[in-house]
Amino acid sequence: MAITRDSDMHKRRFSRNMGLGVVLIGFVALVFGLTVVKVQGGSKMEAFDHQPRVSALPASEPVEARPQKVAPGAPVGGTQ
Amino acid sequence: MSDIGYLDHSKEAQFGDFVALLKPRVMSLVVFTAMVGLLVAPNPVHPFVGFVAILFIALGGGASGALNMWYDADIDRVMRRTKGRPIPAGRVTEGEALGFGLALAGISCVMLALASNLFSGLFLAFTIFFYAVVYTMWLKRSTPQNIVIGGAAGAFPPMIGWAVATGGISLESVAMFAIIFLWTPPHFWSLALFMKDDYSNAGVPMLTVTHGRRATRKQIFAYTLILAPVAIGTAFTSIGGPVYLATALVLNALFIKGGWTILRRTEETAQEETYRFEKRYFYFSLLYLFGHFLALLVEAALRHFGLGGW
Repeated sequence: MAITRDSDMHKRRFSRNMGLGVVLIGFVALVFGLTVVKVQGGSKMEAFDHQPRVSALPASEPVEARPQKVAPGAPVGGTQ
Repeated sequence: MSDIGYLDHSKEAQFGDFVALLKPRVMSLVVFTAMVGLLVAPNPVHPFVGFVAILFIALGGGASGALNMWYDADIDRVMRRTKGRPIPAGRVTEGEALGFGLALAGISCVMLALASNLFSGLFLAFTIFFYAVVYTMWLKRSTPQNIVIGGAAGAFPPMIGWAVATGGISLESVAMFAIIFLWTPPHFWSLALFMKDDYSNAGVPMLTVTHGRRATRKQIFAYTLILAPVAIGTAFTSIGGPVYLATALVLNALFIKGGWTILRRTEETAQEETYRFEKRYFYFSLLYLFGHFLALLVEAALRHFGLGGW
């Protein structure tokens, strides 16, 4: 059979490509959904960003005892 | 002339051929038992996280199926039952199946670990290793007890489901493992009694061939006796309760009774009746496992409403 648009080979490849496309879109949806759930679940999202601050210190340590370091030149009370 | 129609494209894989590599029927059992393991656990899991976890546990099971088909392609070509699988049929190459299996194994373990916890991801990786390497590569062709130890791979999913919720292992998850582990031999050997497959031609030692059908009947009965106390004993763990106990008592009594009938039957009688009883026993074994796990699920649902349990 000559290779035309509706040849058997095209049908088989189309089935594979379509399947893979659906799977990839599904995977993206899953990862997005997981992200939404994890964020709503209140997982720890605040991490160290090179600026030590009270809220990023381990909770077990007495936070009052640790003076907050402020980078020279930074506005008083500013954490970012 | 540009006619290249002589190329045989009928052997090019369709999407369904890659799905077939995952052994969808085995996956359905994995989905069900993993789901029960997850739902009966004391820690609630967000429904979407639970859904994703079960999906990737099933995908991990599928990956080990693909690796099994890659390694066993030589046997599958010989046996009638497996000749139509994608690799023996020539639609998927062995290399494609290997790559597909390895990639899916990696994706499923990493995604399970990210969705739930690291322990579950590692547990799934161990399960895939156990099925693909310990069972398929090592035991399957070397001992007639292959399916006994290989059955462990099929028994891990409820433990992984439990680990997704709790992050560990406990008596209850081991009990669910033990039920499937001890159920596999009578389930599979009853199939081997009436599926006269040419395992011996393929070089796979099957108990019915190496030790004879009489010995297989004895083993089936012996396993039903070992299985019963484990299945009934699970009723007295935190996931059990009166509904489960009643179900387990009835199902185990019937399973032992059936095993006894199998033991007493001679090969001549069985052949005359075209293995009618053996076939019924095989289908009952599916109902047996489904019934136990469904009862566990009912107990968990009842506990949700303040009922169930002891």
